[in-house]
Amino acid sequence: MTMKTHMKSVRGLGSAHSGTHHFWMQRVTATANVFLSIAFIIILIKAAGSDYEAAKALVASPLVAIAMILFVVSGIYHMHLGMQVIIEDYVHTENFKIPLVMGNKFFSIVIGLSCIYAVLTLSFGG
Amino acid sequence: MVELALPKNSKMQEGKTWPKPEGATNVTEFRIYRWNPDDGKNPQIDTFYVDRDACGPMVLDGLLYIKNSIDPTLTLRRSCREGICGSCAMNIDGTNTLACTKGMDECISDVVKVYPLPHMSVVKDLVPDLNNFYAQHRSIEPYLKTVTPEPETEWLQSREDRAKLDGLYECILCACCSTSCPSYWWNGDRYLGPSILLQAYRWLIDSRDEFTGERLDNLEDPFRLYRCHTIMNCSKACPKGLNPAKAIAEIKKMLVEREI
Repeated sequence: MTMKTHMKSVRGLGSAHSGTHHFWMQRVTATANVFLSIAFIIILIKAAGSDYEAAKALVASPLVAIAMILFVVSGIYHMHLGMQVIIEDYVHTENFKIPLVMGNKFFSIVIGLSCIYAVLTLSFGG
Repeated sequence: MVELALPKNSKMQEGKTWPKPEGATNVTEFRIYRWNPDDGKNPQIDTFYVDRDACGPMVLDGLLYIKNSIDPTLTLRRSCREGICGSCAMNIDGTNTLACTKGMDECISDVVKVYPLPHMSVVKDLVPDLNNFYAQHRSIEPYLKTVTPEPETEWLQSREDRAKLDGLYECILCACCSTSCPSYWWNGDRYLGPSILLQAYRWLIDSRDEFTGERLDNLEDPFRLYRCHTIMNCSKACPKGLNPAKAIAEIKKMLVEREI
């Protein structure tokens, strides 16, 4: 039972004055992903069937390594933004929402850095 | 968490089947959601038979036939009976629309199924609680706001600028679009919904309004505006053929434009 007015609930805590950057970066990374995923597929096709040494030689090329790192950064950033939207859409209890939003950030950073580390290790002859 | 199933006390049960009108040869079956806040029972689906020769062709005509001739306790909102007041918005044959402009023959199913607008609290039978929706409308200040003192005569507007309001001013606030939007279902307490955002855009692009920046400030919020994920149910549902999804996209464009 609440005696608050409907207007009190609608006005709530006021506008966050944010969200546009999130929306814009989602579009920027989506556009980047179109080109980067094509590059990634080409790299995959080139590496298909080759042994470890040949794959290593391919990733040793700066162009290939940079394309792969860009794909990881853009892809993971996009994933992080999208996951946050899903959490905000479906999880309404602050006790769950805040740890989930935080966990999403931690997960994205760990996965992103691990991928970059793998590419660099391969590229620099690990 | 989001509600994926109806709460226990909202689960629908088979209701009463009313007898067919005597001597009627041209009959259409109506299955209507009934809920009475006073009897403590779950909602039920009642079956009625409408004598098509005794009423007009629209779903609203059928509902009023039922109210007048079969069960006077059937509760619904209606006023203008010609699609201009937005009172008789309800879920008919699976889509949100106005009962007064939807023909019984237009229903895909042979049975006319009528429910209140989805995911709203029900006041009684087909009457949803729109208080939150109206408060959201008031929150966007849907009137002309200026810094310049009011002129002696009317505010001037060019024909081109007036034309920008076409496709927006026709909105009758029936809530068909907002209640068809999954984002509004899940976050209707914080997300303004397509109807209110279309109204907000109507004032954002009014050439006479001088509070565009403040209006955008008020909307720039992950929930108020950015819960729209371009699902487009709103544009599909609108009984007036308007495009709230486009209006929302235009607001997002204005916000990106001012940031970049």
